[in-house]
Amino acid sequence: MAVTFVSFLISFALLNRVLNTGRISYWLGGWQPPWGIEYVLDYLNVFILLIVSFIAFIVSLYARRSVEKEIAEHKITTFYSVYMLFIAGLMGMTLTGDLFNLYVFIEISSLAAYTLIAVGRKRDALMASYNYLILGTIAATFILLGIGYLYMVTGTLNMADLRERLPALYESNVVLTAFAFFTVGLSLKLALFPLHTWLPNAYTHAPSVVSAIMAATSTKVGAYVLLRIMFTVFKVEFYLEVVPVTKILLVLSSVAIIAGSVLAITQTNIKRMLAYSSVGQIGYIVLGAALINQTAMTGSLIHILNHAIMKGALFLVVGAVVYKTDIEDISGLRGMGKKMPYSMAAFTIAALSMIGVPLTVGFVSKWYIAMGALNAGMWYFIPVILLSSLLTAVYFWRIIESIYFKDGETEPRTAENSEIHNPKSTIRNRDDAPLSMLIPTLILAGLCIFFGIFAFLPVSIAEKAAGLLLGGL
Amino acid sequence: MEIVQSAKPLYAIAVSLIAVLFIAVSGKRPNLREFCTIAAAVLKFSIVVSMLPTILAGKVIEYSLLTILPGLDISFKVDALGIFFALTASFLWIVTSFYSIGYVRSLNEHAQTRYFIFFAVALSATMGVAFSANMFTTFIFYEIITLSTFPLVAHKETPEAMKGARKYLIYLLGTSIAFQLFAIFLTYYAAGTLEFSNLGIFNNIRGEGVSDAFLIATFILFMAGTTKAALMPLHSWLPAAMVAPTPVSALLHAVAVVKTGVFVVVKVVLHIFGVNLLAQLGLGTALAYFASFTIIVASIIALRQDNLKARLAYSTISQLSYIILGVALLTPSGITGSVMHIVLHAFGKITLFFCAGAIYVATHKTKVSELDGIGKQMPFTMTAFTLAAVSMIGIPPLGGFLSKWYLIIGAIEAGQTPIIVVLVVSTILNAGYFLPIVYAAFFKDPNPGGHNPNAEYSEIPNRKSQIREAPVLMVASLTLTAIGALLLFFTPSVFLVLAKMIAESVTGGN
Repeated sequence: MAVTFVSFLISFALLNRVLNTGRISYWLGGWQPPWGIEYVLDYLNVFILLIVSFIAFIVSLYARRSVEKEIAEHKITTFYSVYMLFIAGLMGMTLTGDLFNLYVFIEISSLAAYTLIAVGRKRDALMASYNYLILGTIAATFILLGIGYLYMVTGTLNMADLRERLPALYESNVVLTAFAFFTVGLSLKLALFPLHTWLPNAYTHAPSVVSAIMAATSTKVGAYVLLRIMFTVFKVEFYLEVVPVTKILLVLSSVAIIAGSVLAITQTNIKRMLAYSSVGQIGYIVLGAALINQTAMTGSLIHILNHAIMKGALFLVVGAVVYKTDIEDISGLRGMGKKMPYSMAAFTIAALSMIGVPLTVGFVSKWYIAMGALNAGMWYFIPVILLSSLLTAVYFWRIIESIYFKDGETEPRTAENSEIHNPKSTIRNRDDAPLSMLIPTLILAGLCIFFGIFAFLPVSIAEKAAGLLLGGL
Repeated sequence: MEIVQSAKPLYAIAVSLIAVLFIAVSGKRPNLREFCTIAAAVLKFSIVVSMLPTILAGKVIEYSLLTILPGLDISFKVDALGIFFALTASFLWIVTSFYSIGYVRSLNEHAQTRYFIFFAVALSATMGVAFSANMFTTFIFYEIITLSTFPLVAHKETPEAMKGARKYLIYLLGTSIAFQLFAIFLTYYAAGTLEFSNLGIFNNIRGEGVSDAFLIATFILFMAGTTKAALMPLHSWLPAAMVAPTPVSALLHAVAVVKTGVFVVVKVVLHIFGVNLLAQLGLGTALAYFASFTIIVASIIALRQDNLKARLAYSTISQLSYIILGVALLTPSGITGSVMHIVLHAFGKITLFFCAGAIYVATHKTKVSELDGIGKQMPFTMTAFTLAAVSMIGIPPLGGFLSKWYLIIGAIEAGQTPIIVVLVVSTILNAGYFLPIVYAAFFKDPNPGGHNPNAEYSEIPNRKSQIREAPVLMVASLTLTAIGALLLFFTPSVFLVLAKMIAESVTGGN
């Protein structure tokens, strides 16, 4: 916990420095790039870094009680070690300026992720982990192949260096193949529809803490890496002039947005529902990026942050519910509004934010992506966004309604009728999560609103990062 | 136009939000809780009234709260139209609060604290809509109204109530996200601003590369997205929402929710598109005929409803379209009539709903066919009902006549003779569904078969014992609103002045 807090502080300090001075780079072992491994910090990855370290910190605050409950005692020490490794991998992915180093960190975080999922209580967790292992390995292999091809034609692994050397080779089949491998491999990692199949099982069967951290960070870092490859290693001209791959991504992400939401509606397990909802939300991030303009890119980046906050909050609430009641089924949430009022309030706020109600963060990202679509002259993506908002409203409202309006079987209507005469009846049933779980959850829920109202804080960073991605270094 | 900076609109909105805290805290002590509600209502009304002189002097109050993103501000502007709406809603909140207390206590309703909390939130949001300076702020408060009234509509928590409430939510939230937000995106994209303009946002950028097709599409999206106005064919949430407790139906579905809907329609017509632009595009006339259709059809459906609240609901649908019709005529008198109808219909309809609730509390009757002879039992209630019904029909000396008068003049100004026919036919239909109730209540014998034309007179000695009115608080409130409907005919001064100011400012004085 201390470690994550320190790393969050460091990230914050780094943010300040980047904001003040611009790009920072660190040469590992003192070797000059392009030969040595370079760590680069600019507006973009300091933004991502901040998200990762912040969520990691919040989740580790939360983890203790939940982990005690969901993970066998002799595994707990291992769990925390692997957890640290996972975070380290993600941060490495974010920071590195070197392709092969990137691959190494991807593998570190992935291997850690397989382990984290596998410690889930049920046997299904092993299956889910194994499934993810296979797909994840395929993805990693693809990425490695892509790196290999690029190295073959350019002789360098440094991203900035590649950026300079590649344009001359854009027509080369090797480069095209490399790009294809990257896109497919990374789409798998970030669970872009239809390569999302590992995700629902993984999130459902992993311990709640792991679902929270993975949903909030790992797919986000995957998205970041995709953006890095697409817009830093390659240039925008590549898509405009050579391969219209963004068109494919536009279609895929639209399908992801709709399909993810539709599938979410059909789920009865709440974690699985949130997982499918993630599939849809990842669609937003890719959609915003694939529209290739400043506004949409800002929306996409801001959505990385927003979704991390919202989904993190939702999974933490679910973790709290599991902690208290062992319920994972949506129908089991009936009347929970009385039992766990604060957790459910956090859930409601995060859910409204997912729907995109104004004054929450969800609205900000939708606004930017929608405006970006209009600026790109593609108004037909707006119905996609709005439709998915509606679908999101459907699957969340179902839950909110049963939380507040349907009394659980344990609490018959008469108890409520006599509320006024017998004030103890409601208090007696109140049994919210312990504070160590509640506070992190409420912080995230609070941020949903805070960044929804004071949106200019993250947006100003995201705008700079977007400009960076589109306009060159 | 002189602009005054003041945070008063914010206070007016915040009063009931702060009251929410007090209501929640005092939830276990009903008297204190109700006192909080009433205090907030009175305070809110006085804040609104305190802004009135400034507005009447031709000034505008502005207050900018915060900027979420460049171009997306939460800011408030109190103009004649806004204060007009706010006055109506905040005054009726006071009355409804009294009425609610009588209603929920005599029926011993459950979850009363929740009820009063969301009532207060909904009213805050209504003020928010009234005082919004831009479409974004309007949209936020519009959604808050939807969300905060859901628990009120679903109050009974029976399967039937949940079903009605869900329909309510799907219609309101669904269309506002799918269409209204879409229209807002398009507006911002084309105009770069969402700030309401007196002559219309689009009117100001006319001829700057915005095609007619784009404007028409945006207009249709706005109209389809403002389902609270219950324009057909997106009206069916309103009868469904009648599962709510009667005070909720009364204030929210005769005043706050539906009036917010028409208020937004009026805003869109006047301040986003502008009178001149809509006239050029011919959209005003199209909207007018659409509204006419709703007026007639809803009235015909109302004729066939036996459930009193359902009949009132269809009557509301029909009456709301009067307001839309008036503004769609795009002439000064039409707009005046339209705006006047906001307040006149509010007073009339809230009285009718209050009566329906009083009848339910006193006798547990909900059907029109059960009301024979009820006038003897509940003389005050049914007298108020009669007054309100007459106002709805639009016969002098009740307020409803005024708006109809202006609407007819507006139709003549616009050269739309068919509209006059619509107004006349609908008046007849209104009479057709209200007068039988009044007749049955006073002149029919409660026991079918024993018809005696002189029944009322012959039973005078026993009348005292027969009177079984609803609780005093309820009867007092409905009497008050009925008297209001009557007074508005004789002294409509403030409202009429405001309505004329609005009409003048948006038509550019022509």
